[in-house]
Amino acid sequence: MILLLALLILVPAAAAMLRRNLVHSALLLVLSWAGLAAFYLWSGAEFVAFAQVLVYVGAVSMVVLFAVLLTRQNPDRAAPPDAAARLRAGAAVLTAAAVGAVIGHAILATPLPAAAGAPPVLTVRQLGLELMGRHAGSLLVIGALLTVALLGAVVLAAAEPGEKPGGKP
Amino acid sequence: MSPLHLCLLLSTGLFCIGLAGALSRSNAILVLLGIELMLNAANLNFIAFWRYGPAPSAGAGVVFVIFTIAVAAAEAAVGLALVIALHRHRRNLRLPEATRLKG
Repeated sequence: MILLLALLILVPAAAAMLRRNLVHSALLLVLSWAGLAAFYLWSGAEFVAFAQVLVYVGAVSMVVLFAVLLTRQNPDRAAPPDAAARLRAGAAVLTAAAVGAVIGHAILATPLPAAAGAPPVLTVRQLGLELMGRHAGSLLVIGALLTVALLGAVVLAAAEPGEKPGGKP
Repeated sequence: MSPLHLCLLLSTGLFCIGLAGALSRSNAILVLLGIELMLNAANLNFIAFWRYGPAPSAGAGVVFVIFTIAVAAAEAAVGLALVIALHRHRRNLRLPEATRLKG
């Protein structure tokens, strides 16, 4: 089962990073995020699975698609990959493979508990009590962070005064 | 090999795909998506340790993942606003050409 989920998560992610068409990349990543939500459901973390569907599959993908469409360029202006880009891609894949080899070796060399017991039971009520009790301060900080981030995003993306829409300032 | 090993290897694979994408692509949106993939790999680790860990606590892993998802959503909003600002200033999204801080 986990191998199937891994296939569902990793193959669209790798394909998304390889595509040259940005819309295809975004849609493939939606598939990968949905696979992650399926993994969370399989692990017994239902609340996180639905949060993943709402935030990533619903919201972040829409924001990404809007950004892609707002910054769309002529397809014929997209330059074919030159030598520098090929060199950069090769170095990036090499770096990622090295990092993956190190982490994978560390994981395989670590003795981890083999027995998979019953999944821990966590009802939404318990989760709410945790969030409002022990983690109430963190919840307030996250709320403030979200507010500040959204205001900052509006300030960054808003057109500057005196700039004509669609023209050079 | 225990299920925890498999989950950790899966998250390693996801992290490496995100890392390779973020390092190799020159389009700003794809770099941001690679970073999102790496954050998702971290979330996967939290859930794996919550489910199969040696000392399962009540809900610490799930609470951590909820906070991480909130931070990732804020990061995506600010990052895509930066992408739109970059596009307004330079008319393209190629990061190797965006070498000046002052527009």
